[in-house]
Amino acid sequence: MRTRLALAALAVLVLALLVFLFVGPKDRTEGEAPPPSVSLGATAIERGRALVTLADCRPCHTARGGADFAGGRAITTPFGIFYSPNITPDPQTGIGTWTSDDFWHALHNGYSRDGRPLYPTFPYTNYTKISRRDAQDMYEYLRTIAPVRKPSREHELRFPYDRTVALMLWRRLFFRPGVYQPDPAHSSKWNRGAYLVEGLAHCSACHEARNSLGAIRSERNPAGGLVLNWYAPSLARSHEAGLQTWPEQQIVEFLATGRTADAAGMGPMAEVIYESLQHVPPSELDAMAAYLKSIPGASEARPLVTSRATDPAVLASGREIYGKNCARCHGDDGRGKPPAALALAGNRAVTMPSVTNPVRIVLYGGYPPGTAGNPRPFGMPPFADRLTNVEIAEVLTYVRSAWGNRAGAVSANDVLRNRTGPEW
Amino acid sequence: MACHGAEGRATPEGYYPRIAGKPPGYLFNELVNFRVGRRHFPMMSYMVDRQTDAFLRELAEYFGNLRLPYATRDTSHVAAALLERGRTLVTKGDAGLRVPACKSCHGESLLGVLPAVPGLLGLSPDYVIGQLGAWRNHTRRAREPDCMASIASRLRSEDLAALGWWLASQHVPADAAPAPDFEAKPPISCGSFDE
Repeated sequence: MRTRLALAALAVLVLALLVFLFVGPKDRTEGEAPPPSVSLGATAIERGRALVTLADCRPCHTARGGADFAGGRAITTPFGIFYSPNITPDPQTGIGTWTSDDFWHALHNGYSRDGRPLYPTFPYTNYTKISRRDAQDMYEYLRTIAPVRKPSREHELRFPYDRTVALMLWRRLFFRPGVYQPDPAHSSKWNRGAYLVEGLAHCSACHEARNSLGAIRSERNPAGGLVLNWYAPSLARSHEAGLQTWPEQQIVEFLATGRTADAAGMGPMAEVIYESLQHVPPSELDAMAAYLKSIPGASEARPLVTSRATDPAVLASGREIYGKNCARCHGDDGRGKPPAALALAGNRAVTMPSVTNPVRIVLYGGYPPGTAGNPRPFGMPPFADRLTNVEIAEVLTYVRSAWGNRAGAVSANDVLRNRTGPEW
Repeated sequence: MACHGAEGRATPEGYYPRIAGKPPGYLFNELVNFRVGRRHFPMMSYMVDRQTDAFLRELAEYFGNLRLPYATRDTSHVAAALLERGRTLVTKGDAGLRVPACKSCHGESLLGVLPAVPGLLGLSPDYVIGQLGAWRNHTRRAREPDCMASIASRLRSEDLAALGWWLASQHVPADAAPAPDFEAKPPISCGSFDE
């Protein structure tokens, strides 16, 4: 009798879990995207090309030196290595046999044609906001790409992330499908911007913090995210990458060219600008800028600095290293030599709480993308071979506390952790 | 310049190769090879990944057209027989191994042939040995037909050091420059003869 009761309780539990896993809340599949203010193309294929560029599909779905969209790029994460699949229209190894419904099911619901759930490395958590009509145009464009016969490589994931049940649980906990719902309280421009930033351009895929299970913690999470070996600074904190105080025109300039007078896009952001944003119509960037500006900035009232560098010996040593290696371009006063060298005094990329990006830039150099608006970008040389971990820690500690900068010290361990190579 | 020396004139003492005065077409080809993965050096790939061809060509032209003095490496500690083997390979080749003389493609003065055959002087032995080894292991490639892959695979292991040290020992005149064209038809066909 007791066994039977226990079995019944277990069955109820399993059933409840299954219902929890497979019966989601109501999904929004209908609805048009907020319209762009200029036409993205006269035909579905032209519009699809523009949308695929905005969604930045190519760089992830293309291996170094490989055919466009034929997949094979390795994406290293804490859960293992993901290999992007072939999305050319090859019938055997690509998505040549996929119907438009199949494509929508992947984009909107995160399922492959064979019914397997997809990992959110493919940012369907953002793409779910894309309208059916836009997805159709993207599908039409992808059909026109030269088919390439190249089998997709299996991901190499650690246990338990390689288990389908783990993925299903993750999806149930963190994924809600639904096309972008315009907010009538805001202008059509703002809504278009929100549709692009939250959906197609999937900015939050990097710029929001993830929990230990790889889920974006909350909407407009202010913490920023450590992804692709870099730190994607928060767009909701004005001491990181928040754009609340930037003029819209300056935001557009940054997104279109990769440079402003005092900021440069580097690392994965340089890739996004090079591959995607520089090719986007200015009116679309205007809309993104309007939305990005409107993201609430976190209060600066709390002290940002946890450990102010105070060891005078470290600062003296850092200052000496700075004088020998950095001052020629960035100046003894840290004010830089625009446009060649950015100011370091008051530079958010230098003073934000995460030291990952400054460490990586000193180690491997800093290269803004070459764009139509900035075709001959000035780059910073790498110091990985010339300075030790201790020296890099000291010089960055100095830079983060000189000329009015008030950021915490950098340790040699911070540098060591990033000696894994420049790529992601 | 941080790695390749002031104005790209790294000397044969280190590892990083001199780039000043190498034919611009060669420098451009290599920048592209780093981007597409025919050559593997993450710091180089990272630098060129998101730059336009026009900019890379401009960089190649700038460094390729510099005319700066060369340094030689002291080779007094190197066995004379090894240097002699290097000299033979460079000037005459080895018919038995089906290896043509380096000079037949890289120019009589060994400073390369325009637009895209590289010069071989002013480089460190470690770099030359490293590159020949990379060709043998297929970790350095060039556009097909990849003639250097074939040649490097035919060399004997000790030939790599012979070539590296003899080339590093050569004095280069101040006005040295790549040859404008091949003096005779090259003995082998290469995908990297042109840009």
